[in-house]
Amino acid sequence: MGIYESEPVYGILAEFSDPGALVHAAERVHKAGFRHFDTHSPFPIHGMDRAMGMGQSKVGYFTIGGGITGFALAYWLQWWTGGVDYPLNISGKPFFAVEPSIPIIFELTVLFSAFGAVIGMLALNGLPRPFNPLFYSRNFERVSDDAFFLHIAASDRKFNEDDAAALLEELGGFNVEILTQPE
Amino acid sequence: MADTARDIAIFHGDGHYTDPPLVTGNLSFHEITELVARHAEKKPPTLWYVAFGIANLMLLNLLVMIAYQVWNGVGVWGNNQPVGWGWPIVDFVFWVGIGHAGTLISAILFLFRQRWRTSINRAAEAMTLFAVICALLFPTIHVGRVWVIYWTLPIPNQMEMWPQFKSPLLWDVFAVSSYFIVSFLFWFVGLVPDLATLRDRATSLWRQRVLGFFALGWTGANRHWRNYEKSYLLLAGLATPLVLSVHSVVSFDFAVSVVPGWHTTIFPPYFVAGAIFSGFAMVVSLLVIARKIYGIEDLITLNHLEKMNIVILLTGTMVGFAYITEFFMAWYSQVEYEQYAFINRATGPYAWAYWIMMSCNLLAPQVFWFKRLRRNIPLMFIISIFVNIGMWFERFVITVISLHRDYLPSSWGYFTPTWVDVLTLVGSFGLFFTLFLLFLRFVPMVAIAEVKGVLPEADPHFYSDHEHDYDVPYVQPAEETDKDKPTRS
Repeated sequence: MGIYESEPVYGILAEFSDPGALVHAAERVHKAGFRHFDTHSPFPIHGMDRAMGMGQSKVGYFTIGGGITGFALAYWLQWWTGGVDYPLNISGKPFFAVEPSIPIIFELTVLFSAFGAVIGMLALNGLPRPFNPLFYSRNFERVSDDAFFLHIAASDRKFNEDDAAALLEELGGFNVEILTQPE
Repeated sequence: MADTARDIAIFHGDGHYTDPPLVTGNLSFHEITELVARHAEKKPPTLWYVAFGIANLMLLNLLVMIAYQVWNGVGVWGNNQPVGWGWPIVDFVFWVGIGHAGTLISAILFLFRQRWRTSINRAAEAMTLFAVICALLFPTIHVGRVWVIYWTLPIPNQMEMWPQFKSPLLWDVFAVSSYFIVSFLFWFVGLVPDLATLRDRATSLWRQRVLGFFALGWTGANRHWRNYEKSYLLLAGLATPLVLSVHSVVSFDFAVSVVPGWHTTIFPPYFVAGAIFSGFAMVVSLLVIARKIYGIEDLITLNHLEKMNIVILLTGTMVGFAYITEFFMAWYSQVEYEQYAFINRATGPYAWAYWIMMSCNLLAPQVFWFKRLRRNIPLMFIISIFVNIGMWFERFVITVISLHRDYLPSSWGYFTPTWVDVLTLVGSFGLFFTLFLLFLRFVPMVAIAEVKGVLPEADPHFYSDHEHDYDVPYVQPAEETDKDKPTRS
């Protein structure tokens, strides 16, 4: 799934010195026509989405979907159990009324929206993904510490090892390495 | 407040000021990783073992108390007519209240762009989860027959019975458990990048495997950060009304009844303010110690603690205002029973509890009006303990004093806790501290990725003046014009 599939060469990885250089490089790589590329950093970098030419995240749709599900479920649950399946007279109160149902409707709406937000994020990101060809690079271990990487995937139509490496080096990338399956 | 901002801000010669750095000590990205991650990797300090041993003994005591209570029934507690809700409910509300600060810090302060939260949110959220676990314990054992606790959930069963959805107690089940789940998701989502940091630093294979499992294969990819940040923002937006609703629903347990002293509409906001108040106090108590022992004073600075003390001052005063409003409303309602309930609180047989509450909650935090006292670490520790004591007594006052004398003087009574009540409360602290110490040992106690993100070096424009020659910068920094800048002399 995603941009990583393509053997035996997975892609080309270059390190950059700082977030500024990485944004700059991403912007130029995008301009050069590459689409299957990604930047990797220890923290989110502001302006990177635009530099990479990406639009809005779609997590919001999952969240609203979850919210509607939770709302409908809570409404239905209280109506059906109290008003249809087993009506029970409690101090002469109506079997089902909206007012006393509000707290649980609210709680389940929020709960399922949260499920939507998290599951949507994981689904869109293709996580969990315990294996990733990027982990073949020893240098890449520093991505969660203080290193900034740009990876151009071999699945890109324009991908060509030499050109991509030259471009990354020209943009100030160092430790350029080609990701292949280790022998 | 203006004074506060100015005093801790950095002055420039031309009369302008900038906010002080959120992280001191001029740390690099790598140094932040080191500073936090190493504590989850190496052996903990000796003091940790001592604390863990004590906490474990208290936890053991809790397990014994629960077993004793389940075996013998709820009669081992002091609960009896007319005080049917005794310490277990007091303890429940107390712990739920403490469990409010974490999500408040992580969600509401996030939405308000209060970036100082990044240093403290992880520990505060963990504290929230553990406090809510302690809270959930009490109603669970309070039902008496714990083996049928699942009756509170809408699970189809052979009796074809359903929970009573019109009961505020059932709303509580949904509110507190939803809160726990959402807080857990929020905490875990925030933790994923830091678990990846630990995974990448791991030296042994099993550690890599375990952390690799929990880090979900995180690579810091921008395609992931994009959805991640959106998801985090949405979770913050969802947790904000949730955190306000939980203690409101808890207060419905009381407010929906007809007992004098309970039947008031002020309860939801008053409970929420009290919850934030007690939660922040607990965060201060814990972090004052943790930052010292783990040497992370550069990440959790005195400025962070001062800001928390300001929140304590604010919410404490709100709570105190609510206490006084309750008196006013009782007088203004012209209802004899309401009036008696409040006079009895302040002057009756439980007056000692009422005045402990008043002095700890309303008076004690007032010292934080003074900057010097607000930044005094031993003092803030003492005040935070006072606040926690005071907030426990607030719940005692509300629950027990209201019940022990209501409409019918012939059924008045006096509640006394038993040793089981006391030891169960002590034991719940054991559970809380055991979990918190395990958290300090195995999980990065500060959100590493987030703290890096608030450093000036994390901004791509930090580098734009030198080294790199942008053709067109994609995002222009929001330049302040001279006109917009506040001028202060």
